[in-house]
Amino acid sequence: MTGVGEVAAFWILATITVGSAVVVALVRDLVRAVVALVGSFLGVAGLFILLSAEFLAVVQVLIYAGAISILMVFAIALTPRSARDNAETAMRWLALALALAMVGLLIAVATVTEWGPQAKEGFQETASAIGEALLNRYVLPFEVASVLLLAAMLGAVVMVRED
Amino acid sequence: MIPVQHFLLLGALLFSLGVYGVLSRRNAVLIILSVELMLQAVNINLVAFAVYLAPDEFVGLIFALFVIAVAAAEVGLALAIALRLFRNRTTANVDEVDSLRW
Repeated sequence: MTGVGEVAAFWILATITVGSAVVVALVRDLVRAVVALVGSFLGVAGLFILLSAEFLAVVQVLIYAGAISILMVFAIALTPRSARDNAETAMRWLALALALAMVGLLIAVATVTEWGPQAKEGFQETASAIGEALLNRYVLPFEVASVLLLAAMLGAVVMVRED
Repeated sequence: MIPVQHFLLLGALLFSLGVYGVLSRRNAVLIILSVELMLQAVNINLVAFAVYLAPDEFVGLIFALFVIAVAAAEVGLALAIALRLFRNRTTANVDEVDSLRW
């Protein structure tokens, strides 16, 4: 399974994901930030396919790259004057220092830790197994998630209603 | 197969970019975008751990699915709050909303 193609795919997808994320974190134009975020979402979906989690990749494209980005574009379109003058706060250097410290700590932990035996190949077939797990063992969180989504939908509708 | 550390390093980079965005931005919508980046990083880690370290179980994938569901709810509510904020104060900058400050 290990091949040049797999390694090349990983590096290309990682470059797309992290590059788009850098654009999201730095650019001041809201619409450009959302477009870059969609690029990052698609890169992560590709990484999910590389990890043999195809179902999650499809969910990622449908929900993140499809629904959430459209929602964000609507929010930007409905707040017209917020699209300009998005300078960073005075805390940006402190934030940069904190982010660098965090990435250093995470990388140190990830490389120092002994992760034990790693599987040589990925999942065989995930969609049906996820479906069975969701409706057998994890049926309670599944139902709670649907209640949460309903509550969030009602809350959003009530909040932006014209009074 | 690519070692699991590669995915963990990618997740660490993505998460830190999200942290930087959340802390340095003042526009509410841009803060929400950065929070999404952090959730993506967590999802990458969850799926990588599920595939590499527990290939017989699907707990990591289920967790990632719930993270996606909660993120969808969170984005809907957060954008509604940003919209309400803009309507009431005609600004989406979080540092101009300081009514509770003494």
